Amino acid sequence: MLRQIRPAVVVLLALTFITGLVYPLAMTGIAQAIFPHQAQGSLIERDGKVVGSELIGQVFESEKYFHGRPSATTAPDPNDATKTVPAPYNAANSGGSNLGPSNKALIDRVQGDMDKLKQENSAAPVPADLVTTSASGLDPHISPEAALFQVPRIAKARNVPEDRVRQLVADHTEGRFLGLLGEPRVNVLLLNLALDRLAG
Amino acid sequence: MTVIGWVQILLYCAIIVAITPVLGAYMTRVFGGERTFLTPILRPVEIAIYKLSGIDERQEQHAVTYTVGMLLFHLGGLFIIYALMRLQAFLPFNPAEQSAVAEDLSFNTAVSFITNTNWQNYGGESTLSYLVQMLGLTHQNYLSAATGIVLAIALIRGFARHSVRTVGSFWVDVTRCTLYILLPICVPYALFLVWQGIPQTLGPYIDATTLEGAKQTIAVGPVASQIAIKMLGTNGGGFFNANAAHPFENPTALSNYVQIISIFALGAALTNVFGRMVGNQKQGWAILTVMGVLFIAGVVFCYWAEAHGNDALNALGLTGGNTEGKEVRFGIVGSALFAVITTAASCGAVNAMHDSFTALGGMIPLINIQLGEIIVGGVGSGMYGMLLFVIISIFVAGLMVGRTPEYVGKKIEAKEVKMAMLAILVLPLMYLGWTAVAMLVPSAVASMNNPGPHGFTEVLYAYTSMDGNNGSAFAGLNGNTPFYNLSGAMAMAVGRFWMIIPTMIIAGTLAGKKLVPASAGTFPTTGGLFVGLVVGVIVIVGGLTFFPALALGPIVEQLALNAGTLFSSN
Repeated sequence: MLRQIRPAVVVLLALTFITGLVYPLAMTGIAQAIFPHQAQGSLIERDGKVVGSELIGQVFESEKYFHGRPSATTAPDPNDATKTVPAPYNAANSGGSNLGPSNKALIDRVQGDMDKLKQENSAAPVPADLVTTSASGLDPHISPEAALFQVPRIAKARNVPEDRVRQLVADHTEGRFLGLLGEPRVNVLLLNLALDRLAG
Repeated sequence: MTVIGWVQILLYCAIIVAITPVLGAYMTRVFGGERTFLTPILRPVEIAIYKLSGIDERQEQHAVTYTVGMLLFHLGGLFIIYALMRLQAFLPFNPAEQSAVAEDLSFNTAVSFITNTNWQNYGGESTLSYLVQMLGLTHQNYLSAATGIVLAIALIRGFARHSVRTVGSFWVDVTRCTLYILLPICVPYALFLVWQGIPQTLGPYIDATTLEGAKQTIAVGPVASQIAIKMLGTNGGGFFNANAAHPFENPTALSNYVQIISIFALGAALTNVFGRMVGNQKQGWAILTVMGVLFIAGVVFCYWAEAHGNDALNALGLTGGNTEGKEVRFGIVGSALFAVITTAASCGAVNAMHDSFTALGGMIPLINIQLGEIIVGGVGSGMYGMLLFVIISIFVAGLMVGRTPEYVGKKIEAKEVKMAMLAILVLPLMYLGWTAVAMLVPSAVASMNNPGPHGFTEVLYAYTSMDGNNGSAFAGLNGNTPFYNLSGAMAMAVGRFWMIIPTMIIAGTLAGKKLVPASAGTFPTTGGLFVGLVVGVIVIVGGLTFFPALALGPIVEQLALNAGTLFSSN
C-alpha cells in the first residue's frame, strides 16, 4: 500500500497537469488561431456592437420580428436569492421547463400560447415548436413552418409584400446535413437581421 | 416516424460496427505495450512519468494491488476537485467571479466526477470558474474514463491469461490509456467541435445588446476541450446547465451525430479488444450482438413513443410528435436516438430534456440504466458489467445441462458466480432503497418539479442515474439539497466501487485458473443461442428487479394519460 503512494501522487499530478491544463490551454490557443469566430462564440456585430451570437436565441416580442420558441430559462430573484424568476433566453443559465407530459401546467401553458398565437397571426394550424419550450431555452432556430406561419403578420407590420418576406424565409431555411442529418430549420436572429436590412 | 429517421438510426449502427475492429486493434496494441504510430511522440512523456513516480513498467500487479492503486488514485482526484471548488474564488481563470461552491454540492460533484457519473447538481455556467472546469472537471473526465477502461482490460486479462498471479500494472495502463487513446482522439475532436461552433476561449462572458435593445449575457468558456472528452469518455457532465442541448455544446446536426458516435466508440471497441485478447474475435462480436439487440429494441420503442407525441397535446391540435424540451435542429429522431445512446452507455449527456419525454419514451432511458448500462455501456464499465451478466448466463446454462460452466476456456465456479451476483444486486438495492427513503422525507418530496407519478419517476430516475454512474436526469428535480447531494454521493460511490471490487476479485481468480481446452461438451459462446441466452438473462434479471418501480412511475402515468387524467400541483 505504502509503495503505491508515490506513483498515485505523481501519476495523478502529471496526468492532471497534462489533461487539465496543457490540453485545454493548447486547444484554446490553436482554436483561437484557426477558428477565431467560432472559438469566441460566433458573435454577430452590427454597427460595431455585439447584438448576439448566431448560435444563441434571443427574445423577440415586437410584431415586426419573427418570434422564436418559448423559453423556460430563469434568473435569480433580485428580492430573494433562494428563488428564481422567469427570464427567457437567459444565456447565462440555460435549461428547459422539465414539465412532464401529464402535468396540467404544461397543457395549460400550451393552450394559452396557442390562443395568443392564433390571435396575432392567421388561423392556420399552430406549428408545435412555437408553443413548446426547447431543452436549452436558447434554441436559435424555429421550423420553416413556424417561420411561414408568421409571414402575414410581419408583412403587414412592416408594410412589405408577403412574397418578399416568404422569399427571405426560403433563403434562410437550412436543410438537413447531406440531406440526412438533423431537421430543416430557420435561424431566427439571422432572419430578423436580414429583415431589418430589407427595410433599410 | 420517417424514412430519414430510420436511415439515421441504421447508418449509426453501421458506423459503430465499422469502427469497432479498427479501434479494437489499436487499443489491443496499446495495452499489449506494442509500438504504435504515436510512440515516437508520446514515449518520452510516458517514460518521464514512470521515472518520476518510480514505476518499473515491466512490474505487474496482483488484482488486489491493482484495485488499491485505483482507489488511491481516485481519492487524490476527489481531493483535487473538492479543493478547487471550495477555493475557486481565490484562484485564477475566474472571469465571471464565481464564489465558493457549498460544501455538500462540492462533495457531490467531486464524487460524481471521480465515479464517471457526472451528475449535474451544479449549473455549470452559473456556478463554476474556468479553472474548475478545466483542472477539476476536464482532468477527471479523462482519468475516470481511463480508469473504467483499464479495469475492463484487467478483467479481460483475467479471462485471457492462465495460471498467473497478475493482471497488469494499473499505473502503466492508466498512463497509456490517457496518452495513447484518449488524448490523441480528443485533440482533433475538440478542434472539429470548435469548427462546428463550440467556443474555446478564456475570455469573460459576452454582453450583447439584442435587436430589441435588451441586455443578454452570453456564457462562454473553454468548452470544446471539455466536450470532446465528456462524450468520448462517456462522462456526460456538461459545461453548461442544459448540457448537450445547449447550442454551445452541440451546435449542429453534424456535431450531434459525431457526439453520439463518440459515446459508443470506445465501449464498442472494447468488445473487440476482448475478442482479440482471448484469441477469437467472434467472442467479441457475440457480445456486441447482445448489446445491439437490446439497443435497437430501445431505440425503436423510444422513437415510436416520441414521434407519436403526447396525447394531451395532440388533442389541442399539435402535430409532429413531442417537441417539448427538444431542440429544432435535432428533431424527434435526433433527440430519441441521443437519449437511448446516452443511457445505454453510461454517458449521461442529454440533448433533450428527458423529464419532458412522453411517459413511455422517458421510460426507455430509465430501463437502459437499470439494466446496468451494459448496452455498450460506459467506457470499460459497460464491458465488465456485461461480462458479469455473461458469467450469470453461463452459470444458468450450466445448471440446465448439469455441467461445470466454462467461458473462453475458463471454468466458472462458485466464487465467480457469487461475486457477479453481488455486483449485479447492489445496484437495485441502492436505487430502490434510496428512492424509498426519499419518498419518506418531506423535503425530498418537495424537490419534485412535477406532480403525480411523474414526480416519483423524477426521484427514481435520479437515484438510478447516480447509482448507475450515468448522470443524466429528469432534470426538473431540484437535486441541489443537502439530502440529495449526500445520499446521491453515497449512491454514486457504492454504485461504482461496489461493482469494481467484486469484478476485480473475479479478474484475480480467473487469471490464476488453468486453461480448459474446448471439448464436444463445451457450450459454444459465439452463436445465436448464446446471444439469445444472455439477452434473456439480462431482461429477466432486470425485469424482476425494477418492473414494480416502473409500474408506479411511467407505466401508471401512461395509463392515467390514456384515461385523460392530468395532474396539478395543488
